[in-house]
Amino acid sequence: MRVDVAGENSLILYFGDTTDPRISAQVQQAVSDTERLLGDALIDLVPSYASLLVIYNPFVIDHLEVRKRLQSLTNYTTAGEVTEGALIKLPVWYSTESGPDLEALAQKADLSVDEVIALHSSTEYRVYAIGFAPGFAYLGQVDERIAAPRLSTPRQTVPRGSIAIADRQTAIYPSASPGGWNLIGRCPTRMFDPDSDPCMPVQVGDRVGFEPISKERYLELGGEL
Amino acid sequence: MSGFKVRQPGLMTLITDGGRIGHHRIGLTTGGPLDPTAFAWANRLLGNDPTATALEVSIGGLVLEAEVDTWLVLTGGELPLKINGQEVERWHAHRVKAGDRIEAGFSQMGARGYLAVSGGFDIQPMFGSTATVQREKLGGLNGQKLQSGDLLPCAPATDGSGFRLPKRYQPNYRDAAPLRVILGYQQDAFSAVQKQLFFTSTYRISDRADRMGYRLEGPAIPPSINGILSEGICLGAIQVPSDGQPIVLLNDRQTIGGYPKIGSLFSQDLARLAQMLPGTEISFTPFTQDEAHNQLLLNQRYYSMIEPIAVTP
Repeated sequence: MRVDVAGENSLILYFGDTTDPRISAQVQQAVSDTERLLGDALIDLVPSYASLLVIYNPFVIDHLEVRKRLQSLTNYTTAGEVTEGALIKLPVWYSTESGPDLEALAQKADLSVDEVIALHSSTEYRVYAIGFAPGFAYLGQVDERIAAPRLSTPRQTVPRGSIAIADRQTAIYPSASPGGWNLIGRCPTRMFDPDSDPCMPVQVGDRVGFEPISKERYLELGGEL
Repeated sequence: MSGFKVRQPGLMTLITDGGRIGHHRIGLTTGGPLDPTAFAWANRLLGNDPTATALEVSIGGLVLEAEVDTWLVLTGGELPLKINGQEVERWHAHRVKAGDRIEAGFSQMGARGYLAVSGGFDIQPMFGSTATVQREKLGGLNGQKLQSGDLLPCAPATDGSGFRLPKRYQPNYRDAAPLRVILGYQQDAFSAVQKQLFFTSTYRISDRADRMGYRLEGPAIPPSINGILSEGICLGAIQVPSDGQPIVLLNDRQTIGGYPKIGSLFSQDLARLAQMLPGTEISFTPFTQDEAHNQLLLNQRYYSMIEPIAVTP
């Protein structure tokens, strides 16, 4: 683990620089260890693919003490077992109607639309990070054959529930927002609902699987057009 | 409950409190006042809880009508404050009564004003905070900036107390001192020459400056790497995309992102930056985490040592 300065009251811990479930598992371990080691001095944490941003209360602790207390986190190894998070199955209506980039993506990949759907829905993904927008979960890794770069011109509005691919990441847009990812389908499940508890169906470290459904089923499950 | 009726919402007036703390893990940003010191003073001059809900008035143009008798104060940037058409002092508590018309005019200097009332506005918190973050549609009234006709509920305050802050303790929004930057994050992706350029050049605040980020224009300092694995972004982080033009990230920033960052602005100077308008020229100077920590404690000590003066109604 490497510790770098982030800001006046934050440090960032790096456990690697690749998308790897073993590194992600270390980040998860570091989340609970940091909570325990800093206690009330901790303001917030931002876990991501291979790093953990630690924001502390500068009126009760300083960076020297934070570094000292987090010393033990350097002992993590990648040899350990990868903890398996909960498996969450999400229904997806894959189609050229619900996924305006599906056809172009298939063409570029030299695959049929059905093959793209099969590859996307047969992979089990890991939630590597949540951010960008409330409830936006970064899932990895997408099969190399259907990895696709971001659109050169982002869309002004991506509908809520859109399933998208960017490089080897995939995600569900939790609310309508601008976005540059490739859209391949729609999921009727609410990914962020401030009035529910919990407000998100997934958390970092969980596993996510996609289940293809028809347009009818999508509508039955409350999906919007 | 009665309170204040919004007659004109102004360019962008947001209901806010101390910010939404501790929810980065579900992707929620902090929001909250861009100038926390001016915000804290607004509440303190009314004897409120330090994070009681108030209004952040950007640039100005706000007109309210009181439906209750209470105290009111405006701090922050130089937005002319009028009660029933008569200009009154800022950083000074005033008695208002039902039917009074309150105007926060357009700023002469300093982009953000803070308007507070006794006891604060009574707004339902979301995720522990009333702070409006429009991008997330959270906080305030329906997650939006104020609209004409909105009602800002608050309890009447028939007695209560009010204070004023003498001019010498008020912030100087004309201060042009360089903004202090704590190098960090991907600072190694910037050469010694680029850092030198960054710290000796003048940058201009572009028109693309909002509560999420202030995009700057000036000598380009493109990082040696194009992108990084997305990681947590702290308040004030300065990200530099491949075009080399720095973007300072503010209260409504995204919580994670993949652009290289040279470091972060010291929070006191981030608040100064947020008080500046597009077109303002700024410069930077290096600052260490130790210096920043020391300055934070000194600022807090200074703030608590100042004694505001009681105002008699």
